[in-house]
Amino acid sequence: MAGINLKLIKNPLSRENPITVQVLGICSALAVTAKLQPAFVMALSVTVVVAFSSLIISFLRNTIPSRIRIIVQLVIVSLLVIIVDQVLKAFVYEVSKQLSVFVGLIITNCIVMGRLEAFALSHKPFDSFLDGIGNGMGYAVILITLGFIRELFGSGTLWGYKIIPQFLYDLGYQNNSLMIMPPMALILVGIIIWIQRSRNKDLCEK
Amino acid sequence: MQEIINIFVKSIFVDNMIFAFFLGMCSYLAVSKTVKTSMGLGIAVVFVLVITVPLNYLIDNYLLKEGALSWISPKFANVDLSFLSFIIFIAVIAAMVQLVEMFVEKTSPTLYAQLGIFLPLIAVNCAILGASLFMQEREYSNIGEVISFSLGSGIGWLLAIVGIAAIREKLRYSQIPAPLKGLGITFIITGLMAIAFMSFLGIKL
Repeated sequence: MAGINLKLIKNPLSRENPITVQVLGICSALAVTAKLQPAFVMALSVTVVVAFSSLIISFLRNTIPSRIRIIVQLVIVSLLVIIVDQVLKAFVYEVSKQLSVFVGLIITNCIVMGRLEAFALSHKPFDSFLDGIGNGMGYAVILITLGFIRELFGSGTLWGYKIIPQFLYDLGYQNNSLMIMPPMALILVGIIIWIQRSRNKDLCEK
Repeated sequence: MQEIINIFVKSIFVDNMIFAFFLGMCSYLAVSKTVKTSMGLGIAVVFVLVITVPLNYLIDNYLLKEGALSWISPKFANVDLSFLSFIIFIAVIAAMVQLVEMFVEKTSPTLYAQLGIFLPLIAVNCAILGASLFMQEREYSNIGEVISFSLGSGIGWLLAIVGIAAIREKLRYSQIPAPLKGLGITFIITGLMAIAFMSFLGIKL
């Protein structure tokens, strides 16, 4: 029993990573990772929403009629996202301004809907909760990696604190501004997929 | 009038839904294997955007914004229902997609069969909800601007997905390293296309 539960958390971290393998949740992963702090807050928010919506839907799974299940899922996820949004606005207002519409877009984040359909509707509440946490953490790993690389090379800072020492700038080092721009996020994810698939040959296509 | 054209051109090239904001990436990656399906999905997205964004604008302006309810009675001038935006927008989108689905099924069964499952999936396409949320954030001044914004965003999305589908079709005969095949190379090419679209940043009409 304990073995199955641990797999639910371990697998999404690498072999079944929601972003690089399941191809879910790409939109927000690319848009909010220009700096490390919004990336971290977003990863936390998505983990909370996926875990708790999986829990709630799993409790209700035997009572929802199949025809309206998408609507019920959307309603529950929307309510959770409204709560998360209000909490973010209250406690970390500057970060919530940077995240702007992407907090609302957690509703349509494919990871949430994907895990609800694929797992929560057919598994017990506690397992669904763990699956939600696992996928949330897999998403968080990619987001934090992207945020780390992009902020370090794009602005020379991490979490707002200056990392690259001044003498390197005086020697002629310049921040790579392309890192902060959207295209670099796409290319970095492509490289992460490249590295992951080189290590796990069975994830390659064809 | 100039503002409307400005917004239209800006939404297609500069604020492109895919290349600047990454909205609608999941279906973009999943459907872009052939040009035919991409065209069908792109047109469906344009259609749904042009219907839902202006509708949500009207709802936001006359029901949800702070002071919006004052047309019912001056007592309601302080009511701010904007925290309900998420759930109302997504409800409108889900309902409209359902209506569009029924309409397409009645009028053109071939198109309906071609789109298959992607039509209902548009309801959870982040580009649709994202466009409504951007409309709310940017506070356009009249419905003409909103319509040009939604039409432009849809056309921009259509351009992006047809473009990458055409490139992927040609890529089938290239020697790509095995770990990069499929998803990896698509990401990198999309990144390069995004850099190309950045050249539109200075456009002024």
